[in-house]
Formats: sequence, structure tokens, C-alpha cells
Amino acid sequence: MKFERVAITEKAAEIVKQLKAKHGDLIFHQSGGCCDGSAPMVIEEGDMYLDDSDILLGQLEGVNYYMNQDQFEYWKHTHLTVDITEGRGSSFSLEIPLGLRFIIHSRLLNDEENAGLNM
Amino acid sequence: MDNAVAAANNAKDAWGNSSAAERSGLLNKVADIIEANLEEFALVETCDNGKPIRETLNADIPLAVDHWRYFAAAIRAEEGSATELDANTLSMIIREPLGVIAQIIPWNFPLLMLSWKLPPALAAGNCVVLKPAEQTPSTATLLMEKIAEVFPPGVVNVIHGFGPEAGKPLASHSKVDKVAFTGETTTGQLIMQYASKNLNPVTMELGGKSPNIFFNSVMDEDDAYLDKAIEGAVLFAFNQGEVCTCPSRILVQEDIYDAFMERVVARTKAIVQDNPYDVNTMVGAQASNDQYEKILSYLKIGKEEGAKVLTGGNACKLDGALANGFYIEPTILEGHNKMRVFQEEIFGPVVSVTKFKDEVEAIEIANDTLYGLGAGVWTRDAHQLYQIPRAIKAGRVWVNCYHAYPAHAPFGGYKKSGFGRENHLMMMNHYRQAKNMLISYDKNKLGFF
Repeated sequence: MKFERVAITEKAAEIVKQLKAKHGDLIFHQSGGCCDGSAPMVIEEGDMYLDDSDILLGQLEGVNYYMNQDQFEYWKHTHLTVDITEGRGSSFSLEIPLGLRFIIHSRLLNDEENAGLNM
Repeated sequence: MDNAVAAANNAKDAWGNSSAAERSGLLNKVADIIEANLEEFALVETCDNGKPIRETLNADIPLAVDHWRYFAAAIRAEEGSATELDANTLSMIIREPLGVIAQIIPWNFPLLMLSWKLPPALAAGNCVVLKPAEQTPSTATLLMEKIAEVFPPGVVNVIHGFGPEAGKPLASHSKVDKVAFTGETTTGQLIMQYASKNLNPVTMELGGKSPNIFFNSVMDEDDAYLDKAIEGAVLFAFNQGEVCTCPSRILVQEDIYDAFMERVVARTKAIVQDNPYDVNTMVGAQASNDQYEKILSYLKIGKEEGAKVLTGGNACKLDGALANGFYIEPTILEGHNKMRVFQEEIFGPVVSVTKFKDEVEAIEIANDTLYGLGAGVWTRDAHQLYQIPRAIKAGRVWVNCYHAYPAHAPFGGYKKSGFGRENHLMMMNHYRQAKNMLISYDKNKLGFF
């Protein structure tokens, strides 16, 4: 059985589609640190230099979701759902001019998921 | 953006060659203007950000004034260096401005962060293009209106706009000479990439997960010092927790844990959370809906991971006109350092607390984080006062105090909290390059040719 680390709500998926139509191929990158950190950023594919230290958590609406490996160490036992909310961010994430912000809802992986993904 | 950067480039030679006395005088003028309008700036800041008026009146705005004055004074007092390398050779070091500086600032202390970034760059002889955060553009606008006649045209430029539409074009502009950024890690990495295309230097301040460590000697006496230490723990709620150095992890030595935390919980419960315009309010509203939602999602995962809620833990529902405000109860979560609420910057009035056995374990937990911006150490033990701060991998360690930000003390991060320093006169060298004049007073030739 296949388990997933990330999912997306319908409302958020709709915004991803809009952004893809406008900007082309995209990626999600999980940000850390202050201000608008601890939230997913959406940027054009190729804009950010990615390498082996960026873990691919999954694909949402055809958009890869990455997280840096040292952050992943603390997050890997949790399942993330990308949602969208009204907001006014100051990062470079592409949904911000729409007056929206992607956010994360987390839950613990259950034992079965944990065994399938992390063992 | 091109117009702003062009204006700065047109102004940079004249400004870079102006006298220190002239630049200092203009920086002092700005300080005087902010000070003369202190209440207006405080009111606008509280309106924009949601932070309590007693903070903007007593901290944000007066500190902003002082940062302008500090750098105005610093350039009058500093000297360069001249070294006689041998009897006929003099090495002279002149600090020259970089030219045009791009600055991107956050929304948690809008005018204060502007006043951390602008004065050292201007004092060092640079022109600046600054982008405030889109959540809190108002005090920057107000300041530019009030100081419109102070600087020559093109020296100070402020551009508003969303990150992808204004921040990115500014950070990647080929006609700027340096980028200074405060924010989160993904945008920080992107800015470094853009700067690498222009081979530009950058400074980065990217937040933290700061430990606040309480050794058992704090409870040796029930005195003014213990009272100060308890307040030091409760400072996690300062500015609604929207501080890069928020002391968001409390580490308490196990033999005083219960007694100390009882006092901390009681002090936290006594926090007055109400209308930010009321001078008695201690904690106001979060800056935006997305921050509010993010903090609530952390409270949820914290509980799910097994953290015990010692106080708070929910949104705070106020009445009347404040009913839809972004209020979060000051919250203390008890758990262990591997939980996500101990590792990720929540940027809300939320602290995670755990206990430690001895000095070794305190240092181990304190340093078990991706970040290294701030830390607090509280003890009456003279040895610990020095040795523990030295063992903590963070750029600023407050010892028997917390959340003090004098202009005269350097501030910045280790590890993923970034690099470069702000405040202190060393900051000016982040905005300058060293010109070395190597002068020979020897009349005789080398003899090679």
C-alpha cells in the first residue's frame, strides 16, 4: 500500500491551478524561520537551486513539494495538508498578490503510515 | 523599481563624498522628526500591526529614534587606520561605501526594523532602496512624508509591493551593490541566489528558536531577581511572540521545575490581552489572518504530539468590536525538544517548556536546533554566567536579562539564523568596502629593471 506525506485541500488546489496557468511549472518549498516562515512557499520551477539536501515529500496538483533535509528530520513523523487562507504575506511566494497565503495543517502519521514511509 | 534604483545610482557619488558631519546632521534630523511625532508614529504602528500601544510608545518608536542618533554619532567618532609597515611604507585603510543598498524588512517591528537598516547604510555613505513588508507599510510611508525634504533626491527610496512583484525585482537587480534581508529561510535562500548572479554581498537575519535557560540558583531567594527571572520567562508573549528572538523554548533545571513553572504560569495568566489602543493592554492581536491560522495549526499539532497545555492553548475570543480580531491566548506547552513546537518558529505567544538535569544537558538541548539567533541564561552562579553563554551557539546571549536591543550591541545569527550583524558600529562595515592605499616614501627604485 502506498502512503503519502502531503495532501492538498480542494480550495488550495484551485489556487495552484490558477498560479500554474499564469506562471507555468511550479514547486512548493517548505520555509523555516521567522516572520512568514514555517509555511509553504510556491515559486516557479527552476527559480530555486535544489540538490540532494532537498527532500521531495510528494506531488500536489502536479507540483513537487520539497523540504530541506535537516528540517525534514523534525517533520518526518507528521502528515501535511496544504490549505489556503486569506492573508498578506511578505515572502516571495506567488499566491501573495492574490491576497491569499498557503498554510499547513499537520497531523501525526499513524503507525501504519509511519512504518510505510519512515522504516 | 528601475526608476528607484536609477535615482539611487544617480545620487550615490555626491552622497558618498559628503562629509561625515553632513550625513550625521541629517540622520539626527530624522531622529528629531520621529521624536517630535512619537505619538503619531506609535498610533499608526499599533493600527497597522495590532501590537499594544504601550509597546509602540515605550519601545518601538523611542528605540527607532535612538538607532538614528547612534549612527549619527558613530560616524563622527570613528577613525580609519594607518600603519607604518616599514620606515618608508604606509598602509592606509579608507572605508568606502558600496553604493546602492537593497533592503527588505519585516512586519513585526516595522519602523524599528527600518531604523535598524537605514541609518547604518546611510551613515556609511550609501544610497538605499528599501521595501517594507506589505502587511505593515504605513509607518515607512509616514516617515517618508515627514522627511521628504531632509535628504538630497535619490538618497532614500522606499518602494511598496508584494514580494514576488517588488521584493524579487529589487533583490535581483543588477544595479544594486548589496542586499540586506530579514525574513524566512526560503526567501533568504532565493535572495542569496539572485545576489550570486551579481556577485553581491548579502546579510541575512532569518529567525530562530531561542532557548531561555533557568538554572536552579534563580530560586535560591524569593527576591527582586527571582521576580525578574519569572518576567524573563514570560517575555515569550512580548509583541505577541512575533519576534525573531522570541524566547520560545524555556529550559528549567529539574529540581526547581515545578515551583518555578507555577510562578511562570501564574504570571502568564495575569497577562492583560485586550484592545491594542488601551495603554493597559500587554498583548494585542497577531499581525494578520494567515499568522493567526498558522499559530492555531501549531497549537493543534503540539497537542497531538502529546504536549501538555499548562495555560492557554486556544484562540482568544474578545467581545464587541474585537470579536473578529486575531487574538491568541498566551500559551505554555510542556513537552520535549524533539517535538515540532520545540523546533519550528511559531511566531506567536506560544512557548514550549522542558526540564534538564545539569549543565551538560542544558547546553545539549539549547543547541539542538537548526537556528542560533538568541538565547537567555539565568543563574546566580558566577561560573555559569560566563561558561554557559560561551557554550551556546547563538549570536546574542542575554545573561540575566532578555529582549534588550540597544543600538550599541551587535545582533545577528549563527547557523540557519543567518549571518552578518545589525546594530553596533561594526554594522557599517557590512555596508562598506576597504580601500587600501599602500604608499611608498622611498625615493629609491626597486632595482629590478
